[in-house]
Formats: sequence, C-alpha cells, structure tokens
Amino acid sequence: MNSTLTISRLTKRFQGVSALSEVSLSLGPGMRVALLGHNGAGKSTMMKIILGLIPFDGGQVQVCGAAPGSARARAQVAYLPENAAFHPALTGEEQIRHYLSLRGESPRRASELLERVGLARAAGRRIGTYSKGMRQRVGLAQALIGRPGLLVLDEPTSGLDPVSRRDFYALLDGLAAEGAAILLSSHALTEVEARTDRILILSQGRLVAEGTLSDLRRRAALPVALIVTPAPDAAAALAAALPQARQADDGTLHLTCAQTEKLALLAHIATLGPQVADLEVIPPSLEDIYSHFSRRDGQ
Amino acid sequence: MIRRILSTAALEFRIALRNRWVAIAIGLMVIFALVLAAAGAAPTGDIGADRLSVTVVSLTSLAVYLVPLLALLMSFDAIAGEVERGTLPLLLTYPVARAEVLAGKLVAHMAILALAVGAGYGAAALAAVWVDPASTAGLPALWRLMWSSTLLGATFLGVGYALSCLARRPSGAAGLAVGLWLGLVVLYDLGLLAMIVADGGGPLTGRVLPVALLANPADAFRLFNLAAAEAANAAAGMGGAAATIPLWQSALSVVLWPLAALGLAIAAFRKVTP
Repeated sequence: MNSTLTISRLTKRFQGVSALSEVSLSLGPGMRVALLGHNGAGKSTMMKIILGLIPFDGGQVQVCGAAPGSARARAQVAYLPENAAFHPALTGEEQIRHYLSLRGESPRRASELLERVGLARAAGRRIGTYSKGMRQRVGLAQALIGRPGLLVLDEPTSGLDPVSRRDFYALLDGLAAEGAAILLSSHALTEVEARTDRILILSQGRLVAEGTLSDLRRRAALPVALIVTPAPDAAAALAAALPQARQADDGTLHLTCAQTEKLALLAHIATLGPQVADLEVIPPSLEDIYSHFSRRDGQ
Repeated sequence: MIRRILSTAALEFRIALRNRWVAIAIGLMVIFALVLAAAGAAPTGDIGADRLSVTVVSLTSLAVYLVPLLALLMSFDAIAGEVERGTLPLLLTYPVARAEVLAGKLVAHMAILALAVGAGYGAAALAAVWVDPASTAGLPALWRLMWSSTLLGATFLGVGYALSCLARRPSGAAGLAVGLWLGLVVLYDLGLLAMIVADGGGPLTGRVLPVALLANPADAFRLFNLAAAEAANAAAGMGGAAATIPLWQSALSVVLWPLAALGLAIAAFRKVTP
C-alpha cells in the first residue's frame, strides 16, 4: 500500500474520558492535510499518538510502514511541537547541529538550514534571547532535517507574522513536491487558507468532516447572505417587494437564501430596477463553514 | 549509536559549562581538598606514612560527602528539566534511544566530575609533594581514589536521573535528591552505628554489618579506599570495619553500583510519557 500514514478506528481514552473515538484517515506522499478543531478536540493527542509519544487504546496506526514510535518510523518522521522549546543556553546553530547528528546527518549543514528559515544572522546567539517567532523557526529548521517522509506540525503558524506565514507555506509546498506527506493542525480554517489539499475537522475526539475546502463548502450548504441598499425614497416599496427581508437600522435589507436559490433571487432583485441602489452578496466565510462542522455535535 | 551519545554528551557539557556547573564543581573540590590537605598536615610522622597517603585518607572522607552531592545536584534536573522546558517530546521523536540520551548525559556529567575530582585531588597532591617529596609513594592511592570517586559519582548520577524521571518536576526531583543524599550518606551510617550499639557487638553485627556496608555505594567506596590504604599501612586503626571485609568485595560494589544505577535510570526513563 502506498500510504505514508494510515490510521483506522483509532480510539484513545484518558481516565475513562474519550479523547479520540474511531478516527480513520490516510495520507499519501505529497499530500498536505490540515487538521482543524477547537482546543481539546483531540488534535495534539492524535499527533502524539502518530509520533509514538503516547500509547492508544484501540485501532491501528501505521507510520511509513512501521509502528508509531519505532526506530524505523522515527527516522522518517519530523515533528514541530506547538510551542517549540529549546535549551536557552544553547545557540540556534548548536541546537541544530545536535539535531543533525541525532539524525545521522553532517552537522555542517546547520547554517544552510538556518538560512532556509531566515535565521542565518541569529545563528550564533543564544536561543534564550530569541523571540517566539524565532524559536518557531528553529523548530521549523529542525523539522526540515534529512528529507522526512512525514511532517507532523502542531499549530506551525501560530506566532508567525503574515509574511513569515507565506514563506512557511512556500517551504511546505517545496517539501510536498519532493514527496513528503504533511499533517498540520490549526484551530482556525482561515489560517490554513487554500494551502492544503484536504481538511479534516475534529470535534470532541470525532472526525466530523473531511474533504477539500470546496467539498466542505458544498456539504455545509450554508445560506448566502444578501444585503440590498434601497434607492432614496424607495425603502418602503422595496420592503414590500421583498417581504422575506429583515430591515436593519441603517435602512438596508438583509436576506438569506440557500445556494441553489441564489440566482433566482438575484434575478428577482434585478427586476426591481431603479428601486435598488446597491446589492452585496456575501458567501459563507471560512469561519462559518468551520463553525458549522465543529459545532454540530451538541454545542 | 556512539555518534548520538557523543553529540548528546558534547551538548550537555556545553550547557553545564554555560550554567557554570563546571566551574562550581571544580572550585568546590579544589577548595575543600586544599583545606583538608592543610588541616591533615598535623598527624604526619606519628603513623610513619608519607604525607600524601595520609591526605588520601582525609580526601576519602571528603569525597564520600561531596561527590554524591555534586552528582545529585547535576543530575536531578536531567529529565525533569527537559519536561518542564517542554524539550522532551521533540527529543523523543528523534531516532535516538532513551538509553542513548541518558548515556550521553552520563558521559558529560562524569567528565565534569572527573575534572573536578582530578583538579581537587591534584591540588592536594601537589601541596603534599611540595612539603614532603617522599609523598610520591602515595600516588597509586591517589589514582585509586580518583577513579573510584568518579565511579561513586556515576552511581549517584544514575540514581539522580532515576529520581528526575520519577519526580517529573525539578523542584520535586531536588527534594528527592537531597533526601536521598541525607539518607544514604548521613543517616545510613548513623543507623548502622545504632545497630552496633544496640547489639553490643553481638553476632548480628558480624553478619549484617558487612552486607549493609557493601550495599551502600558510599560506604563501599569508603571501605574500598580505606582497606586499600590499610594495606599500605597509612590508615592503621582508621578502618576497623574495613579489615573484616575483603578488598575484592568492596571493589566489586564500587564497580557494580554505577551499572545498577544506570540500569535503574533507564528503566525509570522508559516509564516517562511526555
């Protein structure tokens, strides 16, 4: 089977409380998958299980054809923890040199790696003096060591400014093109944007949605919002013509309709001609889609 | 495997150097050793031994207290500190065995102890030889004290790592380490003394005491060095108990304890889930 990561019916309980229940997924080479969920939805738990850091109670997990946490799996998996931490007394370069040695690579490549993440000038300074974003970059640099088959990135873009975030996704694109499978977590759909191939949404330990962004958009079938601004003196006539609309305090008319009825409604508004001063169509936002899936279970 | 251990050791040594642990350990050992060398000058001549051999006997008593303390101070933070800083999960996702991580830390910390012991005893030896050139006769005893001190340190490093794994928090690990030091180095001997007094030198003392002394790494270390010194006639009357226990038994205890402690540490580390 040509899959880098296969999880089937994974279940994990902490002292009787279910943290993950019956989660299944599979990741092939070159795939970028985003794992979304609230705090406590089970993202970090799942990542720690994939990395072999904690045991699980049921189901099966295969990482690069080996058991999670086995020497063979660890040799091919790179990890970026949520808050990348390092010993403050070491310099960035010393830390990366050590990680290179642990992976059996030449420590001389440290400066090249630090340059790739934009830390070349701070390489000789102690990590204790770094900002959060800089520590995150050290974490990213160590995750790039030696062509990993699977990258597990826990909230990698938290603490990065928008420009760094773009650079980060460009790096990921390069890694995915080389055949690495990437699993990254986030607590917001807006953060992963369109830079991933597939989106998984976890809610209370259950996988509640899976697919591409447009899949999710279609499946959520959230209503489209329309805002109609009446022409001067036409407010009353327009309200009569659109009885389903709600009138806002500023005089604009707010309507919602299903995706399928959108065109018919637009055609109807178009027939009202000069009574309409302006028309705005607002598709459901990424946040709305995410909330739709992650809150479906009893929230 | 060797490369991963050496890389870990080099990193740990660098951290200890930056945290000034190397300087503190060397400074402590040198100061105490020199004080002992000066204070131990008085009895020379009375017992017909060279000055360095007498100094070695004093240094043995110093090492029994100071080396375990230094070792525990360096090791209590080893795993608990990584847990608290949050560096452990990432480290454990690397293709490095937990035993290799501990071995690397042990190599670095043992090197620091060996440096401190070498500098301290070396300074005391220089002072002895300077005053009494005949002291060179005591050099074998000094060498024996150096390597057995390093092994004593290794034992307490291993036990310190195990405590560090069990406590999970540096503050808890520090408390356990101090407790262990008090127990094994101070209270243990008081307990044995109480037993001897209560037994009145009866048969119980004869059977239990040797085993009890060999079972404690600090006592075994003291026995080993005193018994060896007694053989050299330097410490006559100083090691009554040492005379009754063969040298090979205390030597075996000194050599086996570090291995047992490392085994204990590895077993405890395997139980840690980050």
